[in-house]
Amino acid sequence: MDIVLDKDVLKENKDGLQADEEEIERKIRAQEVDKELNLKGKVCPYTFIESMLALEEMKIGEVLRVIVDFPPAVCDVPKSLKNEGYEILDVRPVNKTDWAILVKNTEFK
Amino acid sequence: MKFSEEQIHRYSRQMILPGVGGKGQRKLSEAKVFIMGAGGLGSPAAIYLAAAGVGTIGLADSDHVEIHNLQRQILHRTCDIGLSKVESGKKTLESLNPEVKVQIYCERVTSANIQRIVEGYDLVLDGSDNFPTRFLVNDACYFGRKTLISGAILRYDGQLSTFKPHAGGPCYRCLCPEPPPPGLVPSCQEAGVLGAVAGIIGLFQANEALKEILGIGQSMAGRFLLFNALNLSFTEMKIQKNPECPLCGENPTIKELIDYTQSCSTRDTTPLQTSTKTCD
Repeated sequence: MDIVLDKDVLKENKDGLQADEEEIERKIRAQEVDKELNLKGKVCPYTFIESMLALEEMKIGEVLRVIVDFPPAVCDVPKSLKNEGYEILDVRPVNKTDWAILVKNTEFK
Repeated sequence: MKFSEEQIHRYSRQMILPGVGGKGQRKLSEAKVFIMGAGGLGSPAAIYLAAAGVGTIGLADSDHVEIHNLQRQILHRTCDIGLSKVESGKKTLESLNPEVKVQIYCERVTSANIQRIVEGYDLVLDGSDNFPTRFLVNDACYFGRKTLISGAILRYDGQLSTFKPHAGGPCYRCLCPEPPPPGLVPSCQEAGVLGAVAGIIGLFQANEALKEILGIGQSMAGRFLLFNALNLSFTEMKIQKNPECPLCGENPTIKELIDYTQSCSTRDTTPLQTSTKTCD
């Protein structure tokens, strides 16, 4: 499976607050999340909508881990969430079919 | 409220829009919109608001469906001829979206009932076709502090505005303090109307209602849009609160609702039963 990740949707400013960066890195490494959403078997745009609905109910700063297996969702979900103002922390394959998207609920608008 | 799988699928194409999302969809499902008239303007407006998932729609019209309505009043079908327009409208809206609660008022709106009706709604759409009703609805919205989205059509022309005097904007009477003398402005049954013009203006009203509910975009409050279908031209004017407005001005003379009467000549074969008969 060939999936080209849009680097732009991943966290851009690596020179941000050091403590914050370390905390994010730690969460990514530990895959420590506040909520996990299994969207295997779901297609776009429902993958995005369900991710957004979950984030809308979470507190600012909390991290959501979304599991998708629909290939276009690997690019589209992070891109759409980023457009909405959420922060994409990480996108990586977890096995042959599934990808994990780590997204942080941020204050915006 | 948690969205069901079916709701997510039904509203997915608007939930993905910036400014809507789950929060906006929730606002829509909690919204209560009153539509005055289940005719040319009320039909498209009601259909699109129901389709968008507006939770409660009120429809008021005292007329029954007649064959000459079907050229533009798309809530109704040929098989609905003879039914009350609100019953026919309710049937159409509920078959489109069973989640929507449709409240119907098969009665002529007057000073005696209009305030009680609009009280239960957040937003009012005026799709009436006569000046007595138009002024009555404007005045009731002013007294009840309801946002009024006003549309009107005749021949190939349409107009649109939003009135929010409670938020500092003008009201309908700021533009037109009193109804014109009966007979001066022809009715649709005298002058005719292109069905698509009704659709366009009714949908502009639905569009503005959705924006007001969602709190997005630029409101039409303080703006007045004129549309001409033959040239496909739009003219927009700025409108301001009139300090001498008899309703919302500095020294208002109108303190209560007024039932105007309107006598109009008709080329229709059916004689009018009352002097304020609505024809749309």
